[in-house]
Amino acid sequence: MITLENVCKTYKVSRRDAGFSSAFKALLHRRCELIHALDNVSFTIADGEMVGYIGPNGAGKSSTIKILSGILTPEEGTCQINGLTPWKNRIEHVKNIGVVFGQRTQLWWDVPVMDSFELLKEIYRIDPAVYRRNLEELTDMLSLGELLRTPTRQLSLGQRMRCEIAASLLHDPKILFLDEPTIGLDAVSKLAVRDFILKLNAEKKTTVILTTHDMQDIEALTSRIILIGKGKILLDGVIDDIREGFESTEEGLASFYRSHDI
Amino acid sequence: MRLYGKFFVMHLKSIMGYKTSFLLSCLGNFLVSFNVFLGIHFMFRRFSRVEGFTYSEVLLCWGITLLEFTLAEAFARGFDTFGSVVRQGEFDRILVRPRNVILQVLSGHIEFSRIGRVLQAIVMFVFGIRMSGVRWTTAKAAAVAVMLLGGAVVFAGMFVIYAAICFFTLEGLEFMNIFTDGAREYGKYPVSIYGKRVLQLCTFVVPYALIQYYPLLYLLDRGKPWYALLPLAACLFMVPCLLLWRLGMRHYVSAGS
Repeated sequence: MITLENVCKTYKVSRRDAGFSSAFKALLHRRCELIHALDNVSFTIADGEMVGYIGPNGAGKSSTIKILSGILTPEEGTCQINGLTPWKNRIEHVKNIGVVFGQRTQLWWDVPVMDSFELLKEIYRIDPAVYRRNLEELTDMLSLGELLRTPTRQLSLGQRMRCEIAASLLHDPKILFLDEPTIGLDAVSKLAVRDFILKLNAEKKTTVILTTHDMQDIEALTSRIILIGKGKILLDGVIDDIREGFESTEEGLASFYRSHDI
Repeated sequence: MRLYGKFFVMHLKSIMGYKTSFLLSCLGNFLVSFNVFLGIHFMFRRFSRVEGFTYSEVLLCWGITLLEFTLAEAFARGFDTFGSVVRQGEFDRILVRPRNVILQVLSGHIEFSRIGRVLQAIVMFVFGIRMSGVRWTTAKAAAVAVMLLGGAVVFAGMFVIYAAICFFTLEGLEFMNIFTDGAREYGKYPVSIYGKRVLQLCTFVVPYALIQYYPLLYLLDRGKPWYALLPLAACLFMVPCLLLWRLGMRHYVSAGS
């Protein structure tokens, strides 16, 4: 169970014009603006639910994920995930979550994937029997096989993403955060990743929170969407709320963004 | 500790892929500090004493300081490169893992090319001890061990401060190198030769004198016996360093995704 209530987060952003002289001016006097990355965000997600968390770039998606995973501390508001506050009980909390940042790797660049997995086993103190079982299952479901013996730097993006997802599930997390998991993937890899997420959610009842810009991901995976824009929750409902009256979800979404001026 | 060991093996596995690069940087690291030795050597060919310290005494001082620094560097290197860890968002990854943050940062970067420097430090250390003409007793040997411990802690503390500043600036500040690499360079001579002010600063603010000058006086039979215990007091320096680190952690705003 995830509950987020009235969460606010602001950042300081310094702005300046391009060019050397304005860079020099900024050195002497910096103009700062406060950006409300999250403004009174509240929602509840039940166990085993699969939720698409969408919004334009800079809307506050990543900030929310970072708060939910205990990386950032909000200025205001409360957050309870299975009875724990992420930023206060960080260590206890992160044992139960898996996080995949689509654009960053958690695998070691120069060693075979298997070695990275072994290290994760140590970090999460995974019981050897559980580890072996999970590894077998994940290898099978994501068809990792040979990939495990390849150094990460020699994997293709799609292969790497499959390994990333496996890496974040070795410790049996109850909640999985996927931050743009299909970004840059080819059609085959995308489908493989989607299939896997569906199976994971159905078989293990893992709660999945997914951020993406790919509407096909959302259509294939989630029934519920939460839409955020300029730090505010604008919609908490189903995909049809957006698609209605448009040819594709993409167009519906674009029109929704425009009408809310985000 | 077991986890640190695992990370150690991982780093070892990683660099084994780049053999030539590894050997060359080992050699480079070795030569850099050898340079400093030559500097001392040639200076003493012109002047036989510096502020009452002889060539062999300075060598002893430098050998110990260099080894203190190198030990700290070998273990706490992760803090030294912490700026890039924060900027590239790797720190987020550290935070989503159920382990102590400091332990993870420590194990994040272990540089084996520093082996060159460690070797150099050990050679200088042994050389300094042989040349010093000190009549070694058990008490003095223990004093050296305490110096190494205290020194490693103080230098590690400087690395922690350096890293904590990254939370605020997102970048390591070059001026902090005055206190890390700079201190190693100045540390080749007993702190007292830089004058009374510097000695005071290094006693009460950043406790370099406690790990170098005072216990050295004891080794050379010029100081009181309790000087030998001062490096232990210097370990307290770690406390404000860790407090600053905690403050920085609270201030942390992660880099965009």
